[in-house]
Amino acid sequence: MSLLTVRDLTVTFPTPRGPLDAVRSLDLDLEAGGALGIVGESGSGKSMTSLAIMGLQPRAARRTGSVRLQDQELVGMSEAELRRVRGDRVAMVFQDPLSSLNPYYTVGLQIEEAYRAHRPGTTRRVARRVAIEALERVHIRDADRRVDHYPHQFSGGMRQRVIIAMALSTEPELLIADEPTTALDVTVQAQILDLLQEIRRETGTGLVLITHDLAVVSEVTDHIVVMKDGVCVERGPVEQIFTDPRHAYTRALLDAVPRIDDEIGELRAVTADGADAASSRTVPETNGGPA
Amino acid sequence: MTSFPTDLTTAQSVEAGTGDTSEAPAAPAAGAVRAGAGGTWSALRRDAGAMLGLGYIVLVTLVAVAAPLLTSISGWTPYAFDQTAIDPDLGGMPIGPWGGVSAEHWFGVEPGSGRDIFARIVYGARVSMSIALSATALTTVLGVSLGLVAGYFGGRVDLVISRVMDFLMAFPALIFMIAVLSALPASNRSTLLVVVISVFGWPYLARIVRGQTMSLAQREFVEAARAAGASGTRIVFREILPNLRSTIIVMSTLAVPGYIGTEAGLSFLGVGVVPPAPSWGQMIAASVKWYAVDPAYFVFPGVLLLVLSFTVLGDRLRAVVDAQEGR
Amino acid sequence: MPRFLLTRVTSGVGVLLLVCLFTFLVFFALSPDPAVQICGKNCTPEVIDQIRGNLGLDQPFWAQFFHFAVGIFAGRTYGAGAGAIECAAPCLGYSFQSSQAVWDMIVQRLPVSATIAVGAAVLWLLAGLAGGLLSAVKEGTFLDRFTTGLTLTSMSIPNYVLALVLQYVLVVKLQWLPFPQAVAFADDPGRWFANFVMPWIVLAVGYAAAYTRLTRANVLDVLHENYVRTAYAKGLPQALVWRRHALRPALTPVVTIFGMDFAGLLGGALITETVFGINGVGKMAADSIARNDQPVIMGVTLLAGFLVVVGNIVVDVVYTAIDPRVRVNA
Repeated sequence: MSLLTVRDLTVTFPTPRGPLDAVRSLDLDLEAGGALGIVGESGSGKSMTSLAIMGLQPRAARRTGSVRLQDQELVGMSEAELRRVRGDRVAMVFQDPLSSLNPYYTVGLQIEEAYRAHRPGTTRRVARRVAIEALERVHIRDADRRVDHYPHQFSGGMRQRVIIAMALSTEPELLIADEPTTALDVTVQAQILDLLQEIRRETGTGLVLITHDLAVVSEVTDHIVVMKDGVCVERGPVEQIFTDPRHAYTRALLDAVPRIDDEIGELRAVTADGADAASSRTVPETNGGPA
Repeated sequence: MTSFPTDLTTAQSVEAGTGDTSEAPAAPAAGAVRAGAGGTWSALRRDAGAMLGLGYIVLVTLVAVAAPLLTSISGWTPYAFDQTAIDPDLGGMPIGPWGGVSAEHWFGVEPGSGRDIFARIVYGARVSMSIALSATALTTVLGVSLGLVAGYFGGRVDLVISRVMDFLMAFPALIFMIAVLSALPASNRSTLLVVVISVFGWPYLARIVRGQTMSLAQREFVEAARAAGASGTRIVFREILPNLRSTIIVMSTLAVPGYIGTEAGLSFLGVGVVPPAPSWGQMIAASVKWYAVDPAYFVFPGVLLLVLSFTVLGDRLRAVVDAQEGR
Repeated sequence: MPRFLLTRVTSGVGVLLLVCLFTFLVFFALSPDPAVQICGKNCTPEVIDQIRGNLGLDQPFWAQFFHFAVGIFAGRTYGAGAGAIECAAPCLGYSFQSSQAVWDMIVQRLPVSATIAVGAAVLWLLAGLAGGLLSAVKEGTFLDRFTTGLTLTSMSIPNYVLALVLQYVLVVKLQWLPFPQAVAFADDPGRWFANFVMPWIVLAVGYAAAYTRLTRANVLDVLHENYVRTAYAKGLPQALVWRRHALRPALTPVVTIFGMDFAGLLGGALITETVFGINGVGKMAADSIARNDQPVIMGVTLLAGFLVVVGNIVVDVVYTAIDPRVRVNA
């Protein structure tokens, strides 16, 4: 059964120059236990998509369309109901681990509060156990001591693990990770990605991974949606996208990544209209394609 | 208001609280500099409060500058006594409504002395504005240069400058100013006022400049400049200073009302501008004595509006600058 | 932690010594011969010389300063032989005007200034924090804009003006309050309280305005922080997000700033006390300046400097307790 079904999602902002669609008519499909990657450059609307799924878009924005989590429709839910979904059935991991954690409280407390918000009646001792186990699951050593540490006492990679631990503590069905590795250096990136894959294998949690980095998405996800300027320009299984990209923009993205076995030549830039700068061919824009 | 708020004590809160953060606007994104000026002005132009404030400030400035011209039109100097306008039997009460307003005396006369209020206000504006603006200029020069040096070069230089700042900020400035001013002779009082106010005022700006310089100095563009062989001075003045432009403008604008208030306060206490030279502070002090019988003499609204104008302008300026830097 | 405290205290002492030296220097250079002042009329040169000797005024500057500084810690003896006067530590000298020990004068008046400071502080904290929070919650609404206008205007009114106007309105016109008159708390609590109402209001107004803006700005800043977004993403109820994740980071800087403001105010609100005729440290400072009573001026200056330095240290310590990032952790 489909875990996440998004249809015609549109997020509109009022601007002095008229309404602006940050996301327009987006469709997404994710199966239970699957992994979907959303790829695009800055401003493509990918982050806004993740926020909109959770109903966390800015107050000024208007959201329309349908977001179904299994059989529950999230759009139109009251704030109280949405709160029960957030952090419990759908959890989110953000880009900057340092600023995403409150510096005034221990990581233990921040994990505990997430758990206790959704499991009312949990005692502090039980919650603390949950927190320690969560830290252990993300391979943080000395978890029972480090649970009382503050965010600034962790390194960047470990902080991101903490956040992942926090997200997983309630055993959500879906995990949305918005650029989880962007703020980290390359070796740590690899570790986090391995962790995400391990978690998928062990718990069967669905994953939506948002990134601008094609390498990241190729490792972790099964399907990819390529976004540009708020719309989906191409979608498909990972291998297909990489070996046979159909849209000019996708192709340009792939071409922009220098490869070690390429001949020496010009680094191709991705131009505004999505066409390859060096190519004279233009392919009509496809608004999505066969999934 | 940098440093001289309500009771002229070192109230960090007022210095900090006139804006959007507990410090000055955050160190701006480098490179946002060049795009800054034009956009700021057009954004500010759309803000009613800022424009009103600016308008009043321009008005007062024009009045202050044109003081001699205006008084030659109105016919009275600030020092001439007009005995015909006051009633000696009533203890010097001005004759006529609204404190003696007439075709001769547009704003009425001063009770007790018969001096023309319009002239005194106009010249008082000159005194108040020139002192406040000079003090602001001096404070800005001192505060920015010392803050830059302390923030960029660090080490012992920073240690010395910071100690000096701590020392000056620990000083009960008001007491000291009053004591020094009352002990010294009355000549050059205006200059002395400017100096004394600035001596105690610059640390507040310097502290903020220092903080921002320290964070800017970590940025890549400074590293790049250093790698390209730029000397310390050059980096400080060509790379870092332009990025502080908005902070400096905002803090300077917010400093002016504080200094106007300080000068008025000192004059109120009798150690400011020496009589018979008119000063708004003095006039407030005198007018309060007469408030019960001659409320029209109560001059303070002019000062209030001027201070308010600067404060509003500085506040809106800070809001615009912050918004532009994407906070 | 103790090492951190030690450095702060030592540098604080250093700053105080400098303040002391600087003040001493300025008055040494500026004031007319104190011996003549003390002697008053009907003076003879012999008496003047004797006074000079007693006070040590015939010594070079550094010697004078040294004796003064030592006197603060260990007490001091003026003169010699039969007529010698023992001045217990902390010895801040004797008033030229009243011959009272400066320290005693300060101690006598400090409770009054402290009362003003505490009362005003309670008022301005309540008003400022509540106002700021409310403005932040209702950001952009009419209430918010009105509050902003109100605070800006309040900060623009010179406090002596407010004092005089308030006095005129409340005492003379409306007669809600009696004329301020010195009375002990034990004798007439109502009257005692009434004495302080106006100074409290006058002082509180300016600070309340500033604190409202400060709190509002901090709360709004914090609400945009990523960790607040995380809190919402975790599905935490709004009240909890506000209480735990927004309030504490927002109020922390306010607490530290308050420490500094309060310390400064304890040293006496000069203008307010003068206007209302209240016998606190501030008024004593103003009077002694008018009468060129150097020892008193020195004493008050040192007191104010001391309070600020101590306030600084206390604030630093409190900050390490509140903000985990600042702690020197094990």
